[in-house]
Amino acid sequence: MSAALAPASAFTRARHKVVDVFTSPKSGPVLVTAVLFVLIFLAGSLRYRGFFSGQVLLNLLIDNSYLIVLAIGMSFVILTGGIDLSVGAVVALSTIIAARLLQAGWNPVAVIAVILVATSTLGLLVGLMIHIFKVQPFIATLAAMFLARGLCYIIAKESISIDHPFFVAMANLRIPLGFGLSVSPSVVVALVALAIGAWVLQYTRFGRTTYAIGGGEQSGMLMGLPTSRTKVLVYVISGFCSGLAGVLYAFYTLSGYALTAVGTELDAIAAVVIGGTLLSGGYGFVVGSALGVLVLGLIQTIITFEGTLSSWWTKIFIGALLLVFIILQKVLTSRRT
Amino acid sequence: MKQYVGRAFTHRLFWPVAMLVALLAINVIAVPGFLVITVNAQGHLFGSVIDIVRNGAPTLIIAVGMTLVIATRGIDLSVGSVCAIAGAVACSIILGSPNPDDPVVVGIAVLAAIGLSLLMGLWNGFLVAVLGIQPIIATLILMTAGRGIAMLITEGNILTVESAPFKFLGSGFLLGIPVATIIGAVIITVAALLTRRTALGLLIESVGINPEASRQAGVRARGLLFTVYAFCAVLAAIAGLILTSNQTAADANNTGLFIELDAILAVVLGGTSLNGGRYSLAGTLVGALVIQTLVTTVYTVGIPPIATMVFKAAVVTAVCLLQSETTTAAFARWRRRSVARKPVTEAVVSQ
Repeated sequence: MSAALAPASAFTRARHKVVDVFTSPKSGPVLVTAVLFVLIFLAGSLRYRGFFSGQVLLNLLIDNSYLIVLAIGMSFVILTGGIDLSVGAVVALSTIIAARLLQAGWNPVAVIAVILVATSTLGLLVGLMIHIFKVQPFIATLAAMFLARGLCYIIAKESISIDHPFFVAMANLRIPLGFGLSVSPSVVVALVALAIGAWVLQYTRFGRTTYAIGGGEQSGMLMGLPTSRTKVLVYVISGFCSGLAGVLYAFYTLSGYALTAVGTELDAIAAVVIGGTLLSGGYGFVVGSALGVLVLGLIQTIITFEGTLSSWWTKIFIGALLLVFIILQKVLTSRRT
Repeated sequence: MKQYVGRAFTHRLFWPVAMLVALLAINVIAVPGFLVITVNAQGHLFGSVIDIVRNGAPTLIIAVGMTLVIATRGIDLSVGSVCAIAGAVACSIILGSPNPDDPVVVGIAVLAAIGLSLLMGLWNGFLVAVLGIQPIIATLILMTAGRGIAMLITEGNILTVESAPFKFLGSGFLLGIPVATIIGAVIITVAALLTRRTALGLLIESVGINPEASRQAGVRARGLLFTVYAFCAVLAAIAGLILTSNQTAADANNTGLFIELDAILAVVLGGTSLNGGRYSLAGTLVGALVIQTLVTTVYTVGIPPIATMVFKAAVVTAVCLLQSETTTAAFARWRRRSVARKPVTEAVVSQ
């Protein structure tokens, strides 16, 4: 009897395996995002001439490198079940610090160091407020958002352009990849950050503790994991990533402006969610978040290619897309049980 | 007497009220006549305090809805977009009619805006209650798409409206009191009566503590979730109409921008936990007043406008830290210690 069923069961087993991978709450949503990314890209390629090219893909990375870095930091925070609303304001603060200090004749390396230290410190303060005073992350990071935006206005109300040769070089430099393709240095920075983020989450104790906090803080603590330290550190990481993203944004726009990057925190959160990270924490990958950023970028590109669509359709599309992804995740993960 | 002082000190609303009093005191020191309310030539009440209760009305109205949503352990990020949509709908209807000063036209416009927002609220409720999506993401969808919808309605333009009855909503006076304030007062009173004089508030709190357990106990959790999100959206629309009427223009991009944050802040400053299961409308009222007083203080004290945000961050942080569990526990320890230092009998009596 078993012999008669053997070929069928091998096939069934293989099918089950595929279904399992796609419906697992861990990897399923990321795979679905990847598949949807490919589908949207193919649909765009069929519809528009000149869409199906490596450079369109690389431009996605070039235009969104700062958002990828933001999404990495946001992923850490969301994996612990928290949220960081301050990232957009911190990006603006970083650009304005960069513009101001460069104007004052500082060395660009020192400027970048100052930015990263300042934003990490802000993250540390937020983390301590959340951990020691049990202020909800939503509120603590909201206060940080007000503070960062406020500091922007105090430093400079008007937009300051950056004309330091180093920043200009970083903005214009293209690293050739052969076949006429090229990327900007920011892409390299973002990809390195992505690799480090993925490595930290998967292969270090800190990463595992991050997942454990999202899965159940109490249990993690009872297991003897350093939950308090980790919980504060994820906000430091998010602050650092926001600072780095701000530097990349300054490379990209070559200016510092208090009102820049308004609402970017929502793009970052949306990217993380589209990338399959659960907002309640415990499940998700930074690679998924990067894919989420690329999906958002792809939608923008399609709207640009379409040409006749007004900007407000972007917002409606992104809202609709969020909905589709969330329902897909819901359906896929609920089939399991 | 000491007992009362102690109780006031540990009361949930102590720090928010203290902050409000402190802010008012700062204003009185800066401008001695700050609290004076006069009656001007048209018989309207006039003064800084009146400005606070009038300009704070939209935030308060939304915060009331937000309080109930937060009590169910939810959150509604879409209220700002709903404000913009409501304003856009009302203005486009009024502009489209041949007679914008006709109260009937304005009535239809207002009802259409509220009706549409009711649908938006039901949509949020559907995502949260039926599909089980986390509220912050469920409402993020409408928050993002809603601005787009508002722009679709206004076709990307700022719609300027000249209509006396519509203007009345935002900047009119009734019996000398600003109409916006009256609307706000009526809404918070109705909400308080509906939820606290009936079991509704208790049921909402039970859904916030544990939706599944309350469902098994016979509470219609799903219906309640639909109700609070719909209620919140309708209140957002009313606030949006007041804001639009005040500006006499519908701006899809800027009407109600960041008002969700102010509303959530008002709720949290009032001592309602974002974890749900408990809420205080009185606290929300105090929270909304603190936020509006804060804005006024910036002008009266002459803090440069560029420092407004930093000032706001400082106040928010201070109130949050003061009413946090850690601080409360530290105060309780300190009070216990001061009680323990007294003779044993007296300590027993005072307890």
